Amino acid sequence: MIWHQFLSLAGSYPLALRGLGMTVVLSLISLVLGTLLGFGLGILRTGGNRLISIIIGAWVDLIRGTPFLVQIFLIFFILPEFGIELDAFTAGIRSVPTGQVEAALASGLSRWQRMRQVVLPQAMRIVLPPLVGQYVLLIKDSSVVSAIGLTDLTRVGWLVVQRVPNGLLVFFLVGVGYFIVCYPLIMLARRLERRIGAAHGEVQL
Amino acid sequence: MLENFSFRTIVEYLPLFGQGLVTTVWLSALSFVGALIVGIVLCAMNLQRGWLFRAPAKAYIDAVRATPLLAQLYFLYFGLPRLGFVLPELVVGIIALSLNSGAYIAEIIRAGILSIPRGQVEASVASGMTYVQRMRLVVLPQAFKVTIPPLLGQAIVLVKDSALLSLISVAELTRAGQLLASDRFMPAEGFLTIAAFYLLLYYCIKGLAVLSSRWLGTAGARA
Repeated sequence: MIWHQFLSLAGSYPLALRGLGMTVVLSLISLVLGTLLGFGLGILRTGGNRLISIIIGAWVDLIRGTPFLVQIFLIFFILPEFGIELDAFTAGIRSVPTGQVEAALASGLSRWQRMRQVVLPQAMRIVLPPLVGQYVLLIKDSSVVSAIGLTDLTRVGWLVVQRVPNGLLVFFLVGVGYFIVCYPLIMLARRLERRIGAAHGEVQL
Repeated sequence: MLENFSFRTIVEYLPLFGQGLVTTVWLSALSFVGALIVGIVLCAMNLQRGWLFRAPAKAYIDAVRATPLLAQLYFLYFGLPRLGFVLPELVVGIIALSLNSGAYIAEIIRAGILSIPRGQVEASVASGMTYVQRMRLVVLPQAFKVTIPPLLGQAIVLVKDSALLSLISVAELTRAGQLLASDRFMPAEGFLTIAAFYLLLYYCIKGLAVLSSRWLGTAGARA
């Protein structure tokens, strides 16, 4: 019985690979776009213009205050009403990056002139650990795009479990897939944090 | 465009949204209590000296943090019946949220306890306090203060995460939006309304965080 299921699962490994590929590609694109957007907004917010920083602050609250699933549904279902037709893939990407603003904001960046020479290089050291942590969140959040029908790793698990009725095994394997991608990043974030802590002369307890 | 945005339909569906909101609030509250229990147990295991308790706690925390909640939710949803536990979706959802948030809360509490300067711990050991006295009188009261803000942050995350339970058809807030979207083909009305409700919850918890930090600040000044 179990052996039979194993064979059936082994048969669906191309699908699983495609799902993992989708998860990685989607995350990578979102990661690049999100980082750019986040840094841009973060720099603008601390740029000195009060109106701009209030607007960006409100936008960040709007994003942070609503579930990602709801944001995905909004983009996927409502943009078409404005005549903007996105396929699921683009909708998925559009909605992922916004969460990243925080990491850039957390750094307390200063004016543009001082930015490049003084602030950015130093801020980078402070931003990097939470930024990497945010990337882990992003990869995990990308699982939510399965709800609008993208065949990512989670959706593959959902599809396979309809054929192979062993939810424990199937989603254990899905979990292993994510773990392989995310765990190295978590370790990296920890190392960066420790290194920066050491550079600041803090004592690790 | 949204020119035929129907406020009337939203009002018509208001009882449904209300029910969804109430469900979201109490299931999040219940899951938060569950997560606190899971977190405290995990943290206690993680702070032990021997690896016997530490290793499983660490492995569990890493496994939860490196995998998406949705995959964990499906794992329990499709997996529990296989182990002979046929539970209502709502219960599965609360279990999943508790187990997930518990791992994060364990780390928050741990950071709080470790933030107490080592000298204080040594001083209380030197003055002959037992482990329980040391924890109760020195470490925990201070750690409590440090952990409240991140715990409220985790509460916000939990409320937002609870939206995923709609995908296993728990009748909470997001589900109400989905129903309006699919019954009447009005996704804008459905999802914008629930987004507003989530924002309301977000600002409530955020306000609580501001209040608590003010209260804890004065408490700190008095001490």
